[in-house]
Amino acid sequence: MKPIIWFYFPARLAWRQLVFDRTKLVAAICGVLFACVLVFMQLGFRDALYASAASAPVKLNGDLFLMHKQSEALWRPVRFKRSELMRVLGNSAVAEAYPLYLGLAPFKNIQTRTKRTLMVYGFDPDSQIFKIDAIDDKRAELRLKDTVLFDEYSRPEFGPMRQLLAADQNVTEINDYKVTVVGLFRLGVSFAADGNVVTSDLNFMRIFSRRNHEDIDLGVIKLHPGASATQVQAALRSQLNEFVNIFTYEELLSYEKDYWANTAPIGFIFGFGTVMGWVVGLVIVYQILFTDIANHRNEFATLKAMGYEQGYFVRVVFASAFFLAVLGFIPGYLLSLGLYHMAESKMYMPMPLPFGKVTTVFMFMLSMCFMAGLLAIRKLKDANPADMF
Amino acid sequence: MSTVIDVEHLNFSFGSGVLTQPVLKDVTISIEKGEIVLITGPSGSGKTTFLTIIGGLRQAFHGSVKVLDQQFINSSEQIKVKARQQIGYIFQQHNLLKSLTALQNVSMTLEINAALTERQRRERAAEMLIAVGLGDRLDYRPDQLSGGQRQRVSIARALVGQPKIILADEPTASLDKQSGHEAVNLLKQLAKESQTTILLVTHDYRILDIADRVVELEDGVIKQV
Repeated sequence: MKPIIWFYFPARLAWRQLVFDRTKLVAAICGVLFACVLVFMQLGFRDALYASAASAPVKLNGDLFLMHKQSEALWRPVRFKRSELMRVLGNSAVAEAYPLYLGLAPFKNIQTRTKRTLMVYGFDPDSQIFKIDAIDDKRAELRLKDTVLFDEYSRPEFGPMRQLLAADQNVTEINDYKVTVVGLFRLGVSFAADGNVVTSDLNFMRIFSRRNHEDIDLGVIKLHPGASATQVQAALRSQLNEFVNIFTYEELLSYEKDYWANTAPIGFIFGFGTVMGWVVGLVIVYQILFTDIANHRNEFATLKAMGYEQGYFVRVVFASAFFLAVLGFIPGYLLSLGLYHMAESKMYMPMPLPFGKVTTVFMFMLSMCFMAGLLAIRKLKDANPADMF
Repeated sequence: MSTVIDVEHLNFSFGSGVLTQPVLKDVTISIEKGEIVLITGPSGSGKTTFLTIIGGLRQAFHGSVKVLDQQFINSSEQIKVKARQQIGYIFQQHNLLKSLTALQNVSMTLEINAALTERQRRERAAEMLIAVGLGDRLDYRPDQLSGGQRQRVSIARALVGQPKIILADEPTASLDKQSGHEAVNLLKQLAKESQTTILLVTHDYRILDIADRVVELEDGVIKQV
């Protein structure tokens, strides 16, 4: 039999049976739509989490990074000695090495005076360890005592900083220490911090009075042009103490991402939610296909008596499953698109919807409906013409 | 004349062990090409069971059942599927696909045949429906047709594939006297034109007159041939 006929006729019958009962079709589409939106949102939140978790390291300007081996992630680092970082200068390929200090501290909203925790970054204003122009441009101001830069993409609970600065209301407290906001930059929130502030290393020590210059959180290393990061990494690994990790830029990003995906339960939670969406959709589609076969038992038995073979009915069921997947996916995709925009505007989390994710979810829906079809075809054996007539 | 259906010493029973319930006992009958044979008998006499065995819908194990020169006893599903495609089946209920129009229902018989084009299928299905007097009802769904019209659609469906044999199981059971008679006369007329063999199970004595031969089955035994 020609392949087109092999699939076309059962698919056409499946389609005619689906559109015949509009009410049931709408219910079926809603089931797939629900699963589709659930999976879209879970994957969206998960990817937003990964993207925002890596947002700080993404903006770091370095070739190699030094981190304590006990550090789980950048936002909760284990400190190590600055002298360990300075040892890398012994390698002739290393051009510069600068420490980065990190700390979570309460920030006072200038208007409401409520406090909320954000991430404070301290760096040497002589260095250029951020790939953010707004920070580079303000390095001179940061050399002054008690000055900070505020992340415009922080959550709105910290106050409308741009308007406040325009109105010369720029004095607030971080960790109960009075500081002046001298400018804005853009970085973005993450699951670890609702906002960000950048300041000089000296001001950082003033804000965190118990911290000192010698205990650093991250080392940022820049190499001379033309030097191979992996070769220097290997050389440094043999020279430095065992308690530090030496990461390339990409390794640092994936280390951060892995933390949220695996160590923190959040990656698991969203993965679990995705699977649950799949299972719920599977059960719904299975129920629909199953009752559909039961309702058409008589018709299938008739067709069998007319000489249709078993495989034809299997193809009818899988074609129904395929149509449900497609018909549920299209409105599910459109609805998710709207929800993504809403999430982005309400939660200040980056929620991109790249083509790759769309195809992933579609494949998810297809596999879900395929599985449901696989479970439902067992019901076909009930359509036995000998028992029917 | 050639023998189309040749049954010898067919035994069939439901259940197993002590619960064995014999349904057909040593049935022997042969039916020639173009013959119209009626099987009558009271309920539970095994008429329908006999018909489903001839139709290749039920597997029998003892005796010999040759339909279109194919042995059905202990045969493979593949052989029976092939045979079914050459047999037109008319059911007690019309058994039309309720989501399809009359034309689409009749076309279903032709969709097994890959050699035809879609256009040829539609044309042949439409011709057949015109022949059963439903030329103005081509795009009606079963629920928009009367009982007699539905049964005529199912006759068209059985005949459109130009089968060698028509098997009909109480085709008039759900019809009133007049439309029942119309339906079987139509069947007879169309079958005679194409030399199709008809095996019809009924206990509707009003239609006995269409038969070339009447066979009575009682308690699984053929009483008179």
